[in-house]
Amino acid sequence: MVPGALFHFSWLKIPANRIDFLTFVFSAAIVLVGAVNVVRQRNPVLAALSLVMTLFGVAVLFVEQQANFLAAVQIIVYAGAIVVLFLFVIMFLGVDREESISEEPLRGQRFWAYLLMALTFVGLLLAGLGSRFGSGVPSVAGTLNDNPAHPRSATPDVVVLGKSVFTTYLFAFEITSALLVIAVVGAVVLARRPGAGPLAEEDDDEVEVEVETAEPEEVST
Amino acid sequence: MTGHLLAAGDPLFDHGLNFLVILIVIIKVLVVFGALMTAVMLMIWFERKVISDMQARIGPNRAGPYGLLQSLADGIKLFFKEDLIPDRADRFVFKLAPYLSILPAFLAFAIVPVGHPVTIGGHHFDLQLADPPVGILFLLAMSSISVYGVMLAGWSSGSKYPLLGAVRASAQMISYEAALGLSVVTVVLASGTLSTARLVADQSHIFLASWNMVRLGVVPFAIFFIAVTAETNRPPFDMVEADTELVGGFVTEYSSIRFALFFMAEFMNTITMSAVVVTLFLGGPDGPTPHIYLLQEIVPVLWFVGKTLAFLFVAVWLRGALPRLRYDQLMDLGWKVLIPVSLGWLLLVASVMAWHWWALAVLAGLVLVGVGLGRGFRVGALRQDDAAAAPQPEVTR
Repeated sequence: MVPGALFHFSWLKIPANRIDFLTFVFSAAIVLVGAVNVVRQRNPVLAALSLVMTLFGVAVLFVEQQANFLAAVQIIVYAGAIVVLFLFVIMFLGVDREESISEEPLRGQRFWAYLLMALTFVGLLLAGLGSRFGSGVPSVAGTLNDNPAHPRSATPDVVVLGKSVFTTYLFAFEITSALLVIAVVGAVVLARRPGAGPLAEEDDDEVEVEVETAEPEEVST
Repeated sequence: MTGHLLAAGDPLFDHGLNFLVILIVIIKVLVVFGALMTAVMLMIWFERKVISDMQARIGPNRAGPYGLLQSLADGIKLFFKEDLIPDRADRFVFKLAPYLSILPAFLAFAIVPVGHPVTIGGHHFDLQLADPPVGILFLLAMSSISVYGVMLAGWSSGSKYPLLGAVRASAQMISYEAALGLSVVTVVLASGTLSTARLVADQSHIFLASWNMVRLGVVPFAIFFIAVTAETNRPPFDMVEADTELVGGFVTEYSSIRFALFFMAEFMNTITMSAVVVTLFLGGPDGPTPHIYLLQEIVPVLWFVGKTLAFLFVAVWLRGALPRLRYDQLMDLGWKVLIPVSLGWLLLVASVMAWHWWALAVLAGLVLVGVGLGRGFRVGALRQDDAAAAPQPEVTR
């Protein structure tokens, strides 16, 4: 066992807030580059990949704000499921060609788009500078009980989030899940072809795959 | 607002960040990297040896003692092969895909605790690369990210079979992720924490009896293991690269070192997932340990390695013993068996933890729902058979 003090290099201590700052700068740069690329890329697959990049940057920003759970869920749900489904559709429907962005279906749309973007941006800046976002309080779910002396004793954000979602905001939460169920049932009803016999799968993506794999068997019988 | 990033992590960061701490972290990263690479090399040899034993062959026996260096020789050979990129491929994505495949495999191992915490030079630290507060969710995130490598490889190759492999991969991985997540939720519910270090600590009260595999009943463990085998595309779930149907699946157009990267990623995933099964359900490094200096830090690591090896053997054994599932069987198993059973078991565990008599009611309800569902599936299957038989009655087998 070596005496710890010898190796502590206290003269080389790295201030923690500088780490926070550097993390913010890097992840913000990732977010912005990804976001610009989503719009600029002509190839839809590359645009979707840029979206994944943005989502990762936002996840890092979440971690920096101690919203660890949100960061993990952001990756699992958005990057891991939703963009995968985007890619699935892009690959299947064969829209993975480069689009020409020089022609304008609506005359003068470019000018109005720039104007709208500038207005939105100015509005966002004013909202950010002028007031605290949204409700005007730092947090609606309750604070994390952050005690600087004992950082490890802070309440995990999962606990705070769970409590607020299942008590104060229970109704909104349940309504959202009901909405999702309704959407799924609606999709099943719409995807069902009338008179085509029993439905093979709930998910229309899998029906496609089923057809792909079922063909050779029918040929052989 | 300072130090938020470090606040809830490793005890290593409790006294702020200095260069010794950074040095320890770098050493940990290098050790994990080296250990994983060596483990992959040995795993390939192990799999080939065990499979050839099961098939009454000799297996690799030329390079090194017992053929141990065979994977090294293969790696060197692959490195010097010509690196082909098909004409119709999307060059950027084609080159990117192998790295997207291998990165999550590496990162997922970061949260696996290899041993109990140790103290060196006044620094108290965990024998794991990172212990984020959301530990096990990080694993789920990495396993959901790992689909990108396979999917983009298949798409960017610009030919049919890889694309089919990619489509299968994405459908399969999304289907099994739900069952995987639900069985993890059962574990989290019982232990009340997401951090892997605390999950392991929670299981190390009584040897064997307080392991999640025993404590939660075998069902979540079995579901997790099946789902993990499907997630890593191991046989019997290797629809993605089914060589009898899809040539080589998503790797058909790959050659040279990019091909090697895909295979390294697959073996690395197998190792990581075995380690995760051990962490979640078998108490990780928990086991009888002599309380002697140094030995009490080494023996838990040996326990961990031993348990992981057992699962690696099972993975190879499954490949040797089971034929590949048909695609509809795969989907049926995922959606109609694993997800309902894991959901039901989750409700059961939750109600047992909440109230005792209530649990009985839930159990009765589950049995009723299960019987109803089974009946429903049977009737559905019978009607499907009838409908299939009705239009062409002359077909007889």
